[in-house]
Amino acid sequence: MIPSTIEPVIQGIWVYLTARPLVWLTVTLAAYLIGQWLFERSGRRPLVNPVAIAVLLLVVLLMATGTEYKTYFDGAQFVHFLLGPATVALAVPLHQNFAQVRRAALPMVAALVAGSVTAIVSAVGIAMLFGVSLETSRSLASKSVTMPIAMGITEQIGGIPSLTAVVVMITGVIGAMVVTPLMNLMRIDDWRARGFAVGVASHGIGTARAFQVNEIAGTFAGIAMAMNGIATAILVPLLIALIA
Amino acid sequence: MIAALMGLLACQLAGELIARLLSLPIPGPVLGTILLFLALLARGKVPETMRDVARTLLANLSLLFVPAGVGIIQHLDRLRGEWLGILAAVFGSTVLTMIVAVLVFRGVSRLTGADRISPDRGRA
Repeated sequence: MIPSTIEPVIQGIWVYLTARPLVWLTVTLAAYLIGQWLFERSGRRPLVNPVAIAVLLLVVLLMATGTEYKTYFDGAQFVHFLLGPATVALAVPLHQNFAQVRRAALPMVAALVAGSVTAIVSAVGIAMLFGVSLETSRSLASKSVTMPIAMGITEQIGGIPSLTAVVVMITGVIGAMVVTPLMNLMRIDDWRARGFAVGVASHGIGTARAFQVNEIAGTFAGIAMAMNGIATAILVPLLIALIA
Repeated sequence: MIAALMGLLACQLAGELIARLLSLPIPGPVLGTILLFLALLARGKVPETMRDVARTLLANLSLLFVPAGVGIIQHLDRLRGEWLGILAAVFGSTVLTMIVAVLVFRGVSRLTGADRISPDRGRA
């Protein structure tokens, strides 16, 4: 279709561009926008998750173009970097809703400890019941906390940090999909409890979902995510020594 | 806006520094969150630009997980062998964690009377 004189030119441009951050950064945003557009079109159904759609589109694209993950990440790292400042930004809704947060201190601490231990023990336990290898099982222990923290913990206990990153993403997507129907089924109408539960179980992606639904839920999810980052960092090395 | 971004980055940087210097088990960004919270508490109110930047970042939080999520492409072989166990563990554990956390939160809230002061209710 393309005349043979033009083909090398296009080839040259492609090689030039894909070696630079611009292409994969742009494509990452585009994939997410498509995911979000589908989410809106579906009437904001939790099953149509923008993260899952974006990841799927990008994986297919990388495979089709034979692009290495490292090349992709050189561009996409600018988005990845913002995870840090975004975690810090949680202090803002925390400050704005502090009066309500302080009144719920006891339920929060109790739910944090119970949720954090459940997340770690059940993930590793179920994996081992299914005969998953020890190395992989260990990589699941910190799956419920936000990505940079989870990867650090996995490194510490001898798992595979990049596998943890993937599992963290899947955990977030599952939490965001399940939380609304699950909480409605359980007839929980307390926004604080709903938000806190999804924040403990599925970190930032769950928190993003909570912010979409209700600001109080989002605030409590954000606090749960920050608190669980600390709790899991302390609990995983202790519990792993006991169970795996 | 630049000042707000600078504020967020400075808190994160200070958090990372403190975590490393004192070799705390608490991750840098989480310490950064605590530092910013204390700064806001001292100031008494959130500057408007900071509120806008924070709202923008948090409203798009899930986008930030996409680049690392695409890393799934590096683990397709491992997933092919162990996908059932991994999926069962992740799904089962996530649902179980939410159920345990929400029940404990509600139970303790009722017991300690934290319920009566907070009438904020709803469903979605």
